[in-house]
Amino acid sequence: MRVNPRTTQKIAKLLIWSAALLVMTILLAIIIYILAKGIPVLNWQFLTQIPRNMGRSGGISSSIIGTLLVTAVAVIVATPFGIGTAFYLTEYTRESRITRIIRFSAESLAGIPSIVYGLFGFIFFVIYLNMGWSILSGGLTMAIMILPTIIRTSEEAIRTVPHLYREVGFSLGATKWQTITRAVFPSALPGIANGIILSIGRCVAETAAVILTAGSALRMPISPFSPTRTMAVHFYILAREGISMENAYGTAALLIILIFLINIVLNMLVNRFVSKGR
Amino acid sequence: MIQRCKIAIKGLNFYYQEKQVIRGLNLDILANEILAVFGPANSGVTTLLRTLNRLCDLTPGARHEGEILLDGENIYDPNMNVPELRRRVGMVFDVPTPLPMSIFDNVALGPRMGKMKTKKDVEEEVEKALGMAALWDEVKDRLHTPATRLSGGQQQRLCIARVLALEPEVILLDRPCSALDPISTAKIEDSLKQLKEKFTIIIAPHTIQQASRISDRVAFILMGTLIEQGVTDKVFANPQDKRTSDYITGRFG
Amino acid sequence: MKISKEKISKYVFFGIALSSLSVLAVITIFIFIKGLPIITKVGVINFVFGMNWAPSKGAFGIFPMIIGSVSVTLGAAILGVPIAICCSIFLAEFAPPTLRNIFRPAIQLLAGIPSVVYGFWGVLFIVPTIRNYLGGPGLSILAGSIILAIMILPTIISISEVALLSLPSQYKEAAMALGLTHWQTIHSLLLPAAKSGIVAAIILGIGRAMGETMAVIMVLGNAVAIPQSILDPVRTLTTNIGIEMGYASGEHQQALFATGIVLFVVIMLLNAIAQYVTRKK
Repeated sequence: MRVNPRTTQKIAKLLIWSAALLVMTILLAIIIYILAKGIPVLNWQFLTQIPRNMGRSGGISSSIIGTLLVTAVAVIVATPFGIGTAFYLTEYTRESRITRIIRFSAESLAGIPSIVYGLFGFIFFVIYLNMGWSILSGGLTMAIMILPTIIRTSEEAIRTVPHLYREVGFSLGATKWQTITRAVFPSALPGIANGIILSIGRCVAETAAVILTAGSALRMPISPFSPTRTMAVHFYILAREGISMENAYGTAALLIILIFLINIVLNMLVNRFVSKGR
Repeated sequence: MIQRCKIAIKGLNFYYQEKQVIRGLNLDILANEILAVFGPANSGVTTLLRTLNRLCDLTPGARHEGEILLDGENIYDPNMNVPELRRRVGMVFDVPTPLPMSIFDNVALGPRMGKMKTKKDVEEEVEKALGMAALWDEVKDRLHTPATRLSGGQQQRLCIARVLALEPEVILLDRPCSALDPISTAKIEDSLKQLKEKFTIIIAPHTIQQASRISDRVAFILMGTLIEQGVTDKVFANPQDKRTSDYITGRFG
Repeated sequence: MKISKEKISKYVFFGIALSSLSVLAVITIFIFIKGLPIITKVGVINFVFGMNWAPSKGAFGIFPMIIGSVSVTLGAAILGVPIAICCSIFLAEFAPPTLRNIFRPAIQLLAGIPSVVYGFWGVLFIVPTIRNYLGGPGLSILAGSIILAIMILPTIISISEVALLSLPSQYKEAAMALGLTHWQTIHSLLLPAAKSGIVAAIILGIGRAMGETMAVIMVLGNAVAIPQSILDPVRTLTTNIGIEMGYASGEHQQALFATGIVLFVVIMLLNAIAQYVTRKK
C-alpha cells in the first residue's frame, strides 16, 4: 500500500513544527524560570555591593567587575592575534599543505573542552608562571580558548569578500597593506565582529576554565593579579553548595540578561553593516 | 596634428603557466585617442588590458616577454613603482564594483591613499571626478548613502569616477557596458567621448557597434595575435585581413 | 619608503600568525608532557581500560568514566539529533520570514546560556522528574543526556541550516518542477545533498557534548561505577577532572592530566572526521 505523499508531507510538517515548538518551549521554560526567580533579586544593592557571608548576603559587584575584567583581557589579547593570523592565512599565503594544516589545527582546537584549557591555564599561568589565581591567568587562558574561534570566523569572513574588491584596490594603485585595510577589512568586518561577539558571550558564560585559573575569591579585584570569582563561577558555587538560592537566581538572571544584550548588540551590528554596504 | 605615442607595446608574449595567451604583439597607442581592442572571447583582450596596468601580476604563474613602454619607460622594469603605475593607468571592470561604503568614500578611496590631503581637498577631488563621469548631478544630494543603492549604470559611472579621482593618464575599460541597459551605455559612451580630451582611453567594447560609435582607432585581436589595426572607419569599411572582415560581419564570433 | 613598509607589514602579519599558532602548539605539548608520565607508568591499557579509579590507593583506571562519557553523549545524540535536524529543516524550509527572525536568534540565545545554568535547571526539574516517574536517584545518565541534548541543539541546528541553505536553489526548483511535494523534495533530494554538512554538524555536536563539564557535573551523580541502566549515576571524563582537580596533587594530578589527554585525542579525532567529511564534499 503506497502512502499518499500528501499525507506523508502533512505528518512530516507536523513533526517538524512540533520539534521547533518544543525547542522554543524549552528555551522559554529555562529563561522565564530563571528570570522570574532572579529579577526580583536584582536591585541596586545587589549590583553594587560585594558579597558578604560567603555570598549569603550582600551583592555581586565584585563578580560583575571580575567577569568584565577577565573577558576584557581575553578579548583584547585574542582579537589582534586572531584577526592578524586570519589575514596572514588568507592574504599573504597561498593555499598549500601548510595552510591546510594550520586551518585544521585551528578548527580542531576550537573544539577542545574548556576544562582542558582550564587544566593548561592552571599549570601554565597559575603555577609555572607564578601568576597565581588571577584575572590575568583567567583572561589569558580564555584568550587562548577563544583564539581559534576568532581565527576561524575572521578567516571565513575575509574569504567571502569578493576577489574583485581586492582587484579594485590594486587597480587604484593601493599597496597590499592599503588594499587589506581599506577594501577587504571593511567588507569582512561584520563577520569578524560576529566572531568576536560570539567569543565575548562564551567568556561571560565560561565556568570550567575560569574556576581553575581565576580562582574563587569574593573580594573586589584590585589589580590584574587579583583573584576573582566571575558571575558564572559564583552562580555555580552558590547553587552547588546551596548557600543562597536567592542570590544564585539573581546571578543567573543577570548572566542571562547580559548574554541577551550581547546577542542583541551582535544582531544590530550585523544589520547595520549589512545595510550600510549591501 | 601629430599624436604622440602614449603606450608602445613591443613584441609582447604573455603566458599563464604554460599556456601562451598573447603572441608577438606590437601595438602603439596614441595619446588622447580612444582605441577599441576587440576580438572573440578568450582571444586575450582582457589579458592585454591587464598587462597595461600590471594587474596580471596578481595571477600566479603569469609571465611575459617583450616590453611595454609608457611614455618611453618600460613598465616592467624592476624599479618601476607598481602602485604608482596603477594610478597612472586606471581600470574599470566589466561588472560595476562599488565597494560596500558610501558613494563619497568610494570615489575618495584613491585620493585618500596618496599623499596627505585635507578634507577639503578630498571633497573637491570627489566632486570633480563625479562631474567628469557625468554623475555629480544625480548623486550630489546623497553622497554619503551606500553606493550599492545606485542603479547599475550609475554604479559603473561611479567606478569611472573612482578612477578619474586618481587623475590618471590612461583609462582602461574592460567591456564596461556589458551589464548595462542601452540608456546607461549611451551616457557612458558620451562621457568617454568627452574624457578623451584629457585622457588616453583603451576600451574593450562588448559589441563591435560600440567600437564604431566611439573609437578613433581599433585593433582586432584573434587568439592572442594582433590581426589588424587602424582608423576605425577605415577598418570597418575596408578590412585588410579576411579574418577581420569575417569577424566583423559575424561569420564567426 | 613605500617598499619597506610593505615588507614590514608582511613580517608583522607573519609574526602574529606564528605566535598564535605556536601558542596552540604549546598547549598540546604541555598537556601531553604533564600527563604522559603517568600513562607510561600505569600502562596505556591499564589506564584506559582499568576499572578501578582510586587515586589514593594508586589505582588509575578510567574505564568507568569512559563508559560514563560515551553513554551520556550517545544519549544526548539520540535525543538531540532528530530534533535538531527537524529544527534546521524548519529554519531552512518551513519557517516564514518573521518566524525565522525569531527562531534563529532564539537558537543563538540557547547557545549562549551558561552551561552551569543548564545544570542548575536540570537539578531543579529534570532530576526530580526522573526520580519521581522513572525511579532511581534521578541523578543519572538520562538526566545528563537530556541536558546535553538541549545544549548541543544550537550547534547542530546552525551548521545544518547553513548546509541546507547553501544548496543551489536550482535543486529545489528542478524537483518541484517535476511535481514532487515539498517534503519529498526535502527528504529525497535536499537532505542527501546536504548530507556532509549535516554529518559534520552532528559530529561537532557530539564533540561538544563530550567536552561539556559544568552542565552535567550537577546532574550526573558522579559515582565512579559502571552503570547498569540509564537511571544510574555516572561520572564522565570531564566531570572527573572538574571534581578532583581542586584537591589533586602528585600522581593524582598527573592522572587527571592524562584524562585530559584522552579527551583531547578523542575530540581532535572527532573534529578531524568532521572536517574530512566536509572537505570530501
